[in-house]
Amino acid sequence: MSEETGSAKGGFKDLKKIFGGGQSDLRQFGILFSLIAIIVLFQYLTNGLTLSSGNLINLVSQYSYILILAIGMVMVIIAGHIDLSVGSVAAFAGIVVATSMDSWHFPWPLAILFGLVVGVLIGAWQGWWVAYVGVPAFIVTLAGMLIFRGGNQVIGNANTVPVPAGFTTIGAGYLPEVGPSTGYNNLTLLLGLVIAVAVAVKEWRARRVQQHMGSARAPLWVSVLKVVLQDAVVIYATMAFAGGRTGTSFPVSGIILGVLVLFYSFVTRNSIFGRHIYAVGGNRLAAELSGVNSRRVNFLVIMNMSILASLAGMIFVARSVASGPQDGTGWELDAIAAVFIGGAAVSGGIGTVTGSIIGGLVMGVLNNGLQLLGVGSDRVQIIKGLVLLVAVGVDVWNKSQGRPSITGFLMRGRNAAARSSGETTTSPASQSSDITLNQEKVI
Amino acid sequence: MATNHTILEMRSITKEFPGVKALSDVSITVLAGQIHAICGENGAGKSTLMNVLSGVHPSGTYTGDIVFEGEPVHFKDIRSSEAAGIVIIHQELALIPELSITENIFLGNEPGKRGVIDWVDAKKRALELLARVGLKDDPDTQIKHIGVGKQQLVEIAKALSKSVKLLILDEPTAALNEADSQHLLDLIRGLKGKGISSIMISHKLNEIEQVADSITIIRDGRAIETLNIKEDGVNEDRIIRGMVGRSLESRFPDRTPHIGEVFFEVRDWNVQHPQAAERMVVKNSSITVRRGEIVGLAGLMGAGRTELAMSIFGRSYGNFISGQIFKDGDEIQVRSVTEAIAHGLAYVSEDRKALGLNLIDDIKRSIVSAKLSKISVGQVVNKVKEYEASEAYRKSLRIKTPSVDAGVRKLSGGNQQKVVLAKWMFSDPDLLILDEPTRGIDVGAKYEIYGIIQALAAQGKGVIMISSELPELLGITDRIYTIFEGAITDCIPTDQADPESLMKSMTSAKKKVQSK
Repeated sequence: MSEETGSAKGGFKDLKKIFGGGQSDLRQFGILFSLIAIIVLFQYLTNGLTLSSGNLINLVSQYSYILILAIGMVMVIIAGHIDLSVGSVAAFAGIVVATSMDSWHFPWPLAILFGLVVGVLIGAWQGWWVAYVGVPAFIVTLAGMLIFRGGNQVIGNANTVPVPAGFTTIGAGYLPEVGPSTGYNNLTLLLGLVIAVAVAVKEWRARRVQQHMGSARAPLWVSVLKVVLQDAVVIYATMAFAGGRTGTSFPVSGIILGVLVLFYSFVTRNSIFGRHIYAVGGNRLAAELSGVNSRRVNFLVIMNMSILASLAGMIFVARSVASGPQDGTGWELDAIAAVFIGGAAVSGGIGTVTGSIIGGLVMGVLNNGLQLLGVGSDRVQIIKGLVLLVAVGVDVWNKSQGRPSITGFLMRGRNAAARSSGETTTSPASQSSDITLNQEKVI
Repeated sequence: MATNHTILEMRSITKEFPGVKALSDVSITVLAGQIHAICGENGAGKSTLMNVLSGVHPSGTYTGDIVFEGEPVHFKDIRSSEAAGIVIIHQELALIPELSITENIFLGNEPGKRGVIDWVDAKKRALELLARVGLKDDPDTQIKHIGVGKQQLVEIAKALSKSVKLLILDEPTAALNEADSQHLLDLIRGLKGKGISSIMISHKLNEIEQVADSITIIRDGRAIETLNIKEDGVNEDRIIRGMVGRSLESRFPDRTPHIGEVFFEVRDWNVQHPQAAERMVVKNSSITVRRGEIVGLAGLMGAGRTELAMSIFGRSYGNFISGQIFKDGDEIQVRSVTEAIAHGLAYVSEDRKALGLNLIDDIKRSIVSAKLSKISVGQVVNKVKEYEASEAYRKSLRIKTPSVDAGVRKLSGGNQQKVVLAKWMFSDPDLLILDEPTRGIDVGAKYEIYGIIQALAAQGKGVIMISSELPELLGITDRIYTIFEGAITDCIPTDQADPESLMKSMTSAKKKVQSK
């Protein structure tokens, strides 16, 4: 694949790499494609409103807490569990934090820390039941859903509790205005610049690693095009976020989300603990016989989810300036939907943080776009339900056909043509016969 | 019963999967009242051929004709082939553990009227069927409470309930010990006397030689030859030659053992059953292993072989009662798998798919999974080192794959086993416990696995090898322990051992020996 052949297949495969389509990422590729399609569709239908400054800022602050939940949820689901309690835990943490500031007069930074401690304690409680007692997470978190929803109403007397202005920064704040007047928000511009450079550096490093490992490298033009495309998106977004209504810019909650995405992507992909999550979810017994402490993994994954849920709860409370008894209702379902749209497997062992974020964005953009079009929330729910069903249905169907993604299906004809021309590549379809033949047993 | 009319003819069967020709112009003929064996390496196309015959691959997805009892047939699913009297029993048993024997036998075929099951009739018929296969268990027993050998008999009873004319058995004895295998083979032979023909896929060539009337050898999706066992004087070497396309000089690679000092010792090991506290699964067992030595552990299934091995490996089985483990003269504490790995122990499970591998993972990640710390800085895995380490094993163990990025699920059984071996070699063990390392693996790959085991011993590592196949133990080990009902009954240097004496020690506790 290293030489720049003009063949249709070579060109297409290289093109896929622009979207980060390594062999294991093909599932994400399909869903990323859907996200782009949905954005383009709504951009057209709303006459450009979808990608306007105001709407993008709104989108980020409105969905950041769901996406934060999706990060924790994908790890729970990879480990082979589910967490139904996140909405209630978020609401519970929210009311406790609000009360701590309102009644006990905690300063807001201490209150945030306190909220995280509440998340740790709730997580330890639920994790203990799942990992050390052995009650299925479905049951433990169903119980948690009831317990912490009730707890919210007990502490808040089923009323709303307001939060002070300082606290609202984490949910409703924006990057502040600093430096010379440029007509744009300078910090947002700086952030955009850093990301744009990081994208290029990352690609360059990836190429060096690929070269070192001697694996198939895409031609240089693919890498250049990839960086150019990604940076074009970054620059467009930067200008949109920086050039919004005065006083608004990139939301603080978006920054919290971004840091969490980077951190948890790294943990799941590159750390020993991340490997252990996949191992336990893929085959718990085999993992245990390889020296993995599966109880510890389960405990930490469930605990981590509750910590992120309490963070999400605090961000939501900050955004809505008060904590109420109905906060977080149905969040668990949004988070779970995002994870499954993002390609995770119900049976565990499969899923990525990035995929789940993309899945969450699909739901978010869809929700937002339909609202902009004035579609009622009743119909929006029906459409979201169908999207979840179709997205996972297509994934399941593709897998049963031995194809990795929807785009793989669309390009089936081209692959077959390239194969019959006798081209040898590293694609799974053209592996030596005795390997592929064993698929017959899987059926 | 005329034995020479044709019951089944498959003519020029060609079956393609996307990108692969799994079968190419395969023809076989099965005579009524005969046992017809099909042999071939893993991936040669045996299972595909049987899937074509039983309707798993429906008519239209392959080319060629199937003629059954003189009529051309076009099965569109398993139901239609079963209706015609062709029943397939798969390698992985299709019984439901929580249901009773009766319920399993009549699953999908329940006797009764208008959707209401007649349990009295069902039970009566179940008893008759169980009598025919020689199973004396209560038909109300849940499947999970009977052993694999008996489960296989229930599968056959289930086939008989469907008035089977042609029985297809895919590796019927793969999971059975010798006694159960023998019983099953006798049963198949008995069915033949009652006019039921069989097609049998097996890797156990001695069994084929023993029961089959004729044999078709398949290689790379083509039928190489069909032989009559008696007339053509077929023996194991003849079959192997057909399967691999060359004769294997010997089934075991040559080796000159270099055996050192005793470095590993298990003393007075006692283990309790995890659920039933009154049952001791390992009793007062002691084992020693020398450096560079391959020690065999021979025992029937259920004798406590796996239980002994797994309880040594970080107490991963049962409740530990008492016993000591010494390594290099010092007593070591091995209370968890993590500690076992840290002390240089490795355990390759007999159940590759359930306990050995995460099937949805890829090769490189599987190979490093038992000792991630070796390629990590702190908590962070170095992916370049991971690639280099796994690539080195791919080359040295000749794992057949285009890339270490490929999923392990796609590999053949032999190559999967190489990945498991690589995984444990990567953990730098001093002692490897290999539990049935060649189960379900074809002849060519077995030879390679033997070579790997011998190479490990040559590096001065100790190997404990558990196997149900006595020829294998006699061929590759230096010393053999026999185990019966959880107790070590004998310890014989391999050059003084023979199958008969081993079998005797494996089936009786008479000779109590202190191993030295």
